[in-house]
Amino acid sequence: MTASDIQAAIFDGLRKIAPEADLRQLSPAANLREALDIDSFDFLNFLIGLHQRLGVEIPEADYGKLTSLSALVQYLSAKMP
Amino acid sequence: MPSLGADMTEGTLVQWNVKPGDRIKRGDIIAVVGTEKADIEVEVYETGIVEKLMAQPGDKLPVGTPIAVIRREDEAPSASAAASAPPLPATAQPAERVKASPMARKLAQELGVDLEKIKGTGPHGVIERHDVEEAAKLKQAAMPAAAPPPAPPAAVAGMRHAIAVAMARSNREIPHYYLSTRVDMSAALDWLQECNSKRPIETRILPAALLLRAVARGLVQVPELNGFWADDRLNVAPDVHLGVAISLRGGGLMVPAILSAQQKTIEEMMAALRDLITRARTGRLRSSEITEGTVTVTNLGDLGVETVFGVIYPPQVALVGFGKIVDRPWAAARGMLGVRPVLTATLAADHRATDGHRGAQFLQILDGLLQEPGKL
Repeated sequence: MTASDIQAAIFDGLRKIAPEADLRQLSPAANLREALDIDSFDFLNFLIGLHQRLGVEIPEADYGKLTSLSALVQYLSAKMP
Repeated sequence: MPSLGADMTEGTLVQWNVKPGDRIKRGDIIAVVGTEKADIEVEVYETGIVEKLMAQPGDKLPVGTPIAVIRREDEAPSASAAASAPPLPATAQPAERVKASPMARKLAQELGVDLEKIKGTGPHGVIERHDVEEAAKLKQAAMPAAAPPPAPPAAVAGMRHAIAVAMARSNREIPHYYLSTRVDMSAALDWLQECNSKRPIETRILPAALLLRAVARGLVQVPELNGFWADDRLNVAPDVHLGVAISLRGGGLMVPAILSAQQKTIEEMMAALRDLITRARTGRLRSSEITEGTVTVTNLGDLGVETVFGVIYPPQVALVGFGKIVDRPWAAARGMLGVRPVLTATLAADHRATDGHRGAQFLQILDGLLQEPGKL
């Protein structure tokens, strides 16, 4: 799976919780939760969706690393089975 | 027309889920009613048979107006029921209405989308929220580029009005007092981390569930904070129905309740919270969840707020607020200074119902419970 496939999966997940957001305007380095006003409940749901779609285990201890779009793509790319 | 909030004066019948002759049991959803805040699924508190429907979808009625007659199974049918029931037009029959979720209906109204022209992708062809959003996008794409931006949704204005009325009443009638305390969350977060490390991501528990559990347990020990002020006296509620402030993406907030929260384990509390937030944000709340809250909990920690000074939702007598967990210097044992994750918990309480001494005891108990999360 390429980085753009992973980004597409991320965008699909974000659209479910923030359907009003224009993801084309999302800076890769921006703090995802702040930029899209995602609370901890929605963030957990978002990660559950990524886990189920990509088959990647995401330990709770790693949540802090997943702050931006670029960090998320990098993290998931490294953990893809 | 049921009252679905302290300041609700009227509601609009959105749809019937039953028809005359249907057998219903306590807890069944028999109708959807539109309020200023949201469409709410109306549960029935009786088991019996629907004898007649007295309102039609679209009717706006004052709270207290009868909208249906339900006959207990051991009662004889009313001879006048069928004769006096106003004939319902064909469009009032659920089977002939466009099948759409309450949220989809509301969104369609806001966005000016005709539900008749949408093909639903939900179960049995029900039109869901995303179907309406897709239709709105297509509609917008077909509009001229110079079209003016849409006006703010009417539903948001309605919700602000409902919040304004309730909060103005609160500030007018309730003599608030505020207390706060800082809670060392080391034990609670360590326990959660250990607990979550053994769980698949789908069943992990958020700190919010732990806090709700602690509040519910604390209120059992300080019941004067759990109830209502009515007729110049405090009415302590027998169950803790925890109203949880949930912000909505379109603006505004809802405060549905986790019912009988004092009976729930942490796992059950997390499941209930997940269910409640999901349904609040998709417009599928039930009437009992809207009307039966006995206390409110609000958590603004996700937005970086450290201390919450809440406004009590009348006629309740208390609101518990939580802020962000932040690392702070903390005097540890034997005079040592350390850094600990610290949460500021606040209590806004009605001084007619309790005094500061009792409120302080509640915060002390809350702190104690969070120091022994394994026992929660």
